[in-house]
Formats: sequence, structure tokens, C-alpha cells
Amino acid sequence: MKENHVLVVFPHPDDESFGPGGTIAEYTQSGIPVTYACLTLGEMGRNMGTPPFANRETLPLLRKEELADACAILGINDLRMLGYRDKTVEFEDEDKVIASIKEIINEIKPSLIITHYPGHGVHPDHDATGHATVEAVRQLPVAERPTVHCMAITKERERVLGKPDVVKDVSETMDTKIAAIKAHRSQTEAIFKQSSNQKVNLRNWLTEEQFWTYRF
Amino acid sequence: MKPIIVDQVEELLNNFKDKPIYLHLETTNGAYAAHRNEGMMTVSAFIRNGKIQFSHGKITGSHPYRVGLKLEDGWVYAQGLTDWEVTSDGQILLAGHDSEGRIAISLQLSEKPFN
Repeated sequence: MKENHVLVVFPHPDDESFGPGGTIAEYTQSGIPVTYACLTLGEMGRNMGTPPFANRETLPLLRKEELADACAILGINDLRMLGYRDKTVEFEDEDKVIASIKEIINEIKPSLIITHYPGHGVHPDHDATGHATVEAVRQLPVAERPTVHCMAITKERERVLGKPDVVKDVSETMDTKIAAIKAHRSQTEAIFKQSSNQKVNLRNWLTEEQFWTYRF
Repeated sequence: MKPIIVDQVEELLNNFKDKPIYLHLETTNGAYAAHRNEGMMTVSAFIRNGKIQFSHGKITGSHPYRVGLKLEDGWVYAQGLTDWEVTSDGQILLAGHDSEGRIAISLQLSEKPFN
């Protein structure tokens, strides 16, 4: 199905690049608009560099710039920063988080939403974001619900959810995806300092993007 | 941030003593700790803009360092601190980074709330 507008909902700058970066680039390069709702600025990110190039107080500003750079590379020209704080999404008033995502859905009327599979995100922010997104869609009349593609990263994902029903080889947009990942310099620089052998594994891992269509 | 210089850190810590100050204290082994290594438990805690008042502060150890702040009714304690910085607002930022540059602990004091 040709999408008319794709909404991506993730909690941290770099989730969009590491996760569905190749898929996003495929959509934008074929002229389909992509909106990214990014819930936090990754304020509690751990990678500070050796020697450190950021501290707890300067990291959010740095990551905000990196996020804008990565979005430009991926062709995302509608970036919404929702202003929640890293590590706290699950503790927010759930109804408010759902409402803030639903507002964007009602505004842009996406045909497809990409988010984390609730319960299979490993990071609590991922699960809370996936849950709020799925619930926002559930509140829509059945006929108006967009398709929801979820990323699942727990080790038991296939045992619990079965095989992913959407598997994409993103070789065509791999260079864009890697450039977007690299744009998140503060968090990803160390990864690209690995040995060439590890880099081959990294590239193979990044080439396949898997999604589970959420069944309401 | 730069490697900790004990004398300078201790002097600055004690500029904050006997007045109400804002504390950021954090420790983490990363949200994916147990995902990457099943023998590990994912643990982290942070308090941001907790208000405290201490009567004296001390830094001890030798890279990494430990800081203790004596409160009227208790203590603030942090272990594993390696680097420090003073911001233009006079906030003192202390952090412990591992060999790969990942923050594992942070202790920060400010007269105004952190953003």
C-alpha cells in the first residue's frame, strides 16, 4: 500500500535512525511525508565521549542538534519534540501522553504509524511510548485507524509475538541510515570505532528492519 | 569535563555549605544492562533538584573519588567520580565515566534549580 503520511513515535533521539532509519528514508525518498514525534531529548544518555565532550547539563542541547541533523538526513521535515524527560515517560499521567500523541494523529492523519511494540521495548521509555501510541490509535473509530508497525527488541519477541510480518531489506537506503546514525555523534561515535569485522556484523544487523503489525 | 583536581573540588564543594542547594544525584548501569548480560541486573536511580543543606563536604579516594556531604539528619554519598566541571552559573558538576566514556554516576550541586 502506498502510504500518504507516516508518523514515527519514539522516546529518544536516535531511536528513529537505529530502528526504522532505512524504512523512513525509503518513504521520504519516494515523496511520502514523515512526521517524527520524539518524546524526550535523551537527557539521560550515557555516552559522553573519551575525553568527555558533554555533561549532564549540556547533553540535551547537543542531542537536540543531532536530532535535527539526523532528521534532515532521513528527509523528515516535520519534527515534533514533545518535551518529556528521558527515563520518566512511564511515570507521566498516561492519559496526557496518549492525548498528546492522539492530537498529532488527528492533525496529520497518518496512514501508517511506526513505534515500539508495548512490552517488547526493553527500555521502559520505549514500552511507555509504544503503549501510549497504541492506545491513542485504539481510541479512534475502527475505520479511521492507521496501520501500526511496531519494533520489538526483547529476546523473547518471536516466542511471544511470532515472526515479524513485515521484514524489509533496506540495502538501498543503508548509506542514508548510517549517515543518520552517525549524526547522533554523542551517542554513536564509539560504535564506528570498532574493528572492521564488527562493522560488517553491524552493517548486516542494520540491513534488515523487522516490524510486527499491531492487531487491535 | 576534566579529570578531578581534589583541592579545587573540595574548595568549591564547601562554597555550597550551610545554604539550601539543589542536588542532582544519579547512578546507572544503562537501561540495557540485563538485556545485554543476563547475569546482570539493570539498576539506576536519580534525584533531580532535591533540596539539601550540608554542614561540610569532603572528597576522598584517588581516581576514582568519593564525595560525602554531611546533612543535618543524614548524608549524601557518591562513589566512582572521575571528572568535574564548574558551569558559568557556578554549578559544580561531578561525574564518573567508565573506560568507554559512559556516565555511570553523577553528583551535581547548584544554588538555582537545574533546568
